[in-house]
Amino acid sequence: MSVEVTERPAPQGQTERRPLIRLRGVKKYFPITRGILFQRHIGDVHAVDGVDLDVFEGETVGLVGETGCGKSTLARVIMRLFEATDGTIEFDGQDITHLKGRPLRELRRNMQMIFQDPFASLNPRKTVGSIIGEPYRLHGTVPRNRIKPEVQQLMELVGLNPEHYNRYPHEFSGGQRQRIGVARSLALRPRLIVCDEPVSALDVSIQAQILNLLEDLQEEFNLTYLFIAHDLSVVRHVSDRVAVMYLGKIVEMASGDTLYRSPKHPYTGALLSAVPIPDPDLAAQRQRIILEGDVPSPIDPPSGCRFHPRCPNAQFPRCKEEEPLLREFDPGQVAACHFPLEQAVVGEIIPTSG
Amino acid sequence: MPEPLLEVRNLTVHFPTDDGLVKAVDGVSISLQQGETLGVVGESGSGKSVTFLTVMGLIRTGQAVIEGEVIFQGQDLLKLPPDEMRTVRGDKISMIFQDPMTSLHPFYKVGYQIVEAIRTHHKVSKQEAHDQAVEMLRRVNIPRPEERADQYPHEFSGGMRQRAMIAMALSLNPDLLIADEPTTALDVTVQAQILELIDRLKQEFNASVVIITHDLGVVAEHCENIQVMYAGKAVEFGGARDIYYNANHPYTWGLLRSIARLDQAPGERLNPIKGLPPSLIHVPPGCAFHPRCPYAFDRCKTDVPELLPTDGHHASACHLSLADKERIFHEEVMVRS
Repeated sequence: MSVEVTERPAPQGQTERRPLIRLRGVKKYFPITRGILFQRHIGDVHAVDGVDLDVFEGETVGLVGETGCGKSTLARVIMRLFEATDGTIEFDGQDITHLKGRPLRELRRNMQMIFQDPFASLNPRKTVGSIIGEPYRLHGTVPRNRIKPEVQQLMELVGLNPEHYNRYPHEFSGGQRQRIGVARSLALRPRLIVCDEPVSALDVSIQAQILNLLEDLQEEFNLTYLFIAHDLSVVRHVSDRVAVMYLGKIVEMASGDTLYRSPKHPYTGALLSAVPIPDPDLAAQRQRIILEGDVPSPIDPPSGCRFHPRCPNAQFPRCKEEEPLLREFDPGQVAACHFPLEQAVVGEIIPTSG
Repeated sequence: MPEPLLEVRNLTVHFPTDDGLVKAVDGVSISLQQGETLGVVGESGSGKSVTFLTVMGLIRTGQAVIEGEVIFQGQDLLKLPPDEMRTVRGDKISMIFQDPMTSLHPFYKVGYQIVEAIRTHHKVSKQEAHDQAVEMLRRVNIPRPEERADQYPHEFSGGMRQRAMIAMALSLNPDLLIADEPTTALDVTVQAQILELIDRLKQEFNASVVIITHDLGVVAEHCENIQVMYAGKAVEFGGARDIYYNANHPYTWGLLRSIARLDQAPGERLNPIKGLPPSLIHVPPGCAFHPRCPYAFDRCKTDVPELLPTDGHHASACHLSLADKERIFHEEVMVRS
């Protein structure tokens, strides 16, 4: 198997679909210790607890869930910013779970990340030019005297004025800063970009601009996206397939359209019904599944189905005792639930106009 | 029509800075009835927050050049001396902010912070105030309120912190609650909970509510009236149905079309508003929106449009003819799948 992944495959050339990222049984536990000298291990935060996921070349996979469901941890495990506790991560057929040193550094050229907060993810003391050019300096892929024109080209690509090369991040608005983050992630021409809530901090009008930009770049560079957000309407808009995460596990996965037309897991239903609709009549018609409380603690997750304490469909004792496994409902749609949503209920929580 | 609870007349708030005069609010009028929920919508820098910070007396002359009137229950708040304003603020009008972590004090227990708010305005014993605080936490659906009152803000989740802020804001039974982007930092599921909660408490406390947001989707269900702001001015005002089913201003159309809607085919391209909000130091001449407006014509570059009523309640500030607006809205904006 070749490790050299620097050559990009010809775009549009739809050969056989093989996953760019392949996760099997990935777990990430953070230990909780007590005591200063002898750190006794007293428990674990089960942030990611057994995730299988394939992301194919050129597609966008959405990952949704509430705060604390482990979606950002999973992204960081894939990026190898955290080391997985268990399971395997493959990138383009190569096992990268425990990659170290130089090979890891080379791998990083192929996967980049865009962060949520455009105010915290840019160094305020560096100029925009040096922020975007940093990957070139670190990886030495472009000779020093070529960095400036390359960076200016990137700035133009993401819709920034190349003359602003020497400005500082505080001189830009939130949307423009997010463009800086996008330009930086593109510098090394990666194959995978992990977008961690890239538009959550932006005004709606600016969100749409950034989403369109990401779409255009995907087409131009044949990028693969893992797109993380808590808002299903945004995720569904950009994603080919969507995975719904709850307390460290994927509870449902389907194409964006299927997920919207016939969600199976009650948690997916709840997420769908929470999305605000800019239409007073439709909004008044639909039934909301309002979830009570917050996501339970991942230190000691509930027994059986982890969603049972908040689930409107839960039937006892089965949901409390037996953990549901992911099973196929329709081709391409899997969900982990003993008592999936009926289509009639779905009609009430999801607005249809016209 | 009864006397409005709050009437802002022709408010301007200008900040002198080294770079020039920042015209944050430039002639805004608002009228709010008792028991009404008003949505104020606009992008960052449209002046929506500054308007209400001025109403709260949190921006005062000295920091800014303020003109106009803010009539609340028959009194002009802008003319009140600071100590009298302090009795209105909190007791009659209270405000909740976007980020509940930075608006709660990290060193004090949540219960104590509510007690402090109560005891600043009412002469009650610590014990009574504490009981009231616990009762308020119960009313905003915080489980085990007795224990929770004894915890620090960092022990609360984002949604619970916002609930605690609402409990504090309502603990003095104000007549007006101003919510400045109350759900922007929260998950959609929690956002739905918080908006329902504000709705319910508004009924229970018979208060009026102002919800400030950048997302027209958020306020569709909860507001009777909506005011859309751009570059320090009101560009459209109307009932919720006027705005969502018959919007008359290209900026409102832009806001509506930017939203990724669930009832839209996936993969359909979004239509963002082009460009960025203008600098408030150099506001474009004529209609401030004309550089971003796809329908702008010559007159828009020179004449400032006035906010004129189109029918009764509904008003917009745009030079396009009413017939054109209706045609464009129904052909290009309100396209349903």
